[in-house]
Amino acid sequence: MSLTKYDIAKRIAQELKDGYYVNLGIGIPTLVANYIPAGMDVTLHSENGLLGIGPFPKKENVDPDLINAGKQTVTYTEGGSFFDSSLSFAMIRGGHINLTVLGAFEVTDKGDISSWKIPGKMVKGMGGAMDLVAAAENIIVATTHTDKNGNPKLKKECSLPLTGVNCVKKIVSDLAVIEITEKGFKLLERAPGVSVDEIKEKTDAPIIIEGDIPEMNL
Amino acid sequence: MSKLINNAAEAVKDIKDGMSIMLGGFGLCGIPENLINAIYDHGAKDLICISNNAGIDGFGLGKLLNKRQVKKMIASYVGENKEFERQMLSGEIEVDLVPQGTLAERIRAGGAGIPAFYVPAGYGTEVAEGKETRSFNGKMYLMEEGMTADYAFVKAWKGDTKGNLIFKHTANNFNQAMAMAGKITIAEVEELVPAGELDPNQIHVPGIFVQKIFQGKDYEKRIEFETISE
Repeated sequence: MSLTKYDIAKRIAQELKDGYYVNLGIGIPTLVANYIPAGMDVTLHSENGLLGIGPFPKKENVDPDLINAGKQTVTYTEGGSFFDSSLSFAMIRGGHINLTVLGAFEVTDKGDISSWKIPGKMVKGMGGAMDLVAAAENIIVATTHTDKNGNPKLKKECSLPLTGVNCVKKIVSDLAVIEITEKGFKLLERAPGVSVDEIKEKTDAPIIIEGDIPEMNL
Repeated sequence: MSKLINNAAEAVKDIKDGMSIMLGGFGLCGIPENLINAIYDHGAKDLICISNNAGIDGFGLGKLLNKRQVKKMIASYVGENKEFERQMLSGEIEVDLVPQGTLAERIRAGGAGIPAFYVPAGYGTEVAEGKETRSFNGKMYLMEEGMTADYAFVKAWKGDTKGNLIFKHTANNFNQAMAMAGKITIAEVEELVPAGELDPNQIHVPGIFVQKIFQGKDYEKRIEFETISE
C-alpha cells in the first residue's frame, strides 16, 4: 500500500538528528514537525525570519506579526529568535541549516529538481526554494511517486523549469525511499506491501537495487 | 534636522511617475500599510516596486496593481494575488522573479555599498541566464548585483524621532535591509517615541538609514492564513 502524506512525513522524521536545524517546506514537509521524536532537540527555521517555530497558536494568541514562510500564524518555542531576511538566508547560504525538506514536481537521478514553475500556467515565483536547494548540505524531497495523472515524477531529465541542479540527496515518496548516488537512483526502502517491480515501473529512470530491499519501519 | 513628518501623504508627496520603491513586508506581515494607501491616493504610475510579495487582491501592494500604478515588479513570490498573476501571464506588467535570499542580499548589499557578489542560488536554472558564473572551491556561483531604490517604505513596531527602529517578531523580514537601501527611506511605526526612550541595545535599524518617520494609524494587519491549534 502506498503511504499517506502523514506516513511520508513520519518516515522523513527518522532522518532527523539531535541538534539539527531544519527548514521544512510547504505541504507534506510541514507535517514532519508532528513526528519529531520526543526528547530530540530539533530547531525549525522559517526563512521569513524565525528560528524555533512552535505549534499553531490558540485562537486567543493569534498574532499577525508572527507567521511562518507559508504565511500561516504560528508561535515560537523557548529559545527562539527573530531576525531579518538577509540574516535568515545567511543561515541557509552559509550552510548552517542541517536539513531541508521540500516538495517537487520532478526530481532526476542526478539530483536536479523542478518545483516552482509551470510555464503559461503557474508562475508564482520561486520564493526561497532556489536558495535552499543551492545551499543546504542535505536535501530531502517529500513527494508522491507519480503525479495525479499517474506520470512518474522521478526521471532522467526534468521537463519543467529547474529549481536547482545536483542538489537532492534523498527522496521519500509514498512508495519508496530512494537515495541519489553518483550512479543514479538507489532504492533503500519500499513502502509496506509495495513491490520492487511496482517502484521500478513507476520510475522513469534506472534504479540501482542491491540485495533484498526492506520495508519502511513506520 | 527633524525627521518627523505628520503623515503618509506628506511622506509621498514628492514621488514621481517611474520611480523605484522598495516595500518591506513578507506576505501581509510587516507591510507599510499607511504608505501603500498614500501612494495609492497620490496616484503615481509606472512605478518599479521591489517587494518580496505582491500583496493580495485589493490589499497591500495588490491595491497599486489593481489601479495599474506598477510598471515593473521585482519579487520572489507572487502566488497570493490572482490579478497580479493575470497581469503577469498576459504581459501587462514586467516581472523580475528573484530567489528570496538573493533578493534580500541584493538589497542588503545595495544599502551596504557592495555593487555585486556571488551566490549559488539559481545556478543551472533560468535565473542564471545572462549572468556571469564563476567557480569557487569547486562549486559554481552566479554574480548578482546590489540594488538600491529611489524610496524605501518600511514599517516598524517602535521608532524614535532620530529614526531608530525596532521590529516585532517576524514583521522585520525585508524591512531592515530595505531601510538601508532607500535613497530616501520613510518609516511608519506603530509607536513613535522621543529620542532616548528606546533601549539602544535593542535597535534593529540605526536612525542613520531613515530620512523620514511618522506615527502610522489604523493598522489592519490582515492575516493571510489564520491557522490555530485546538
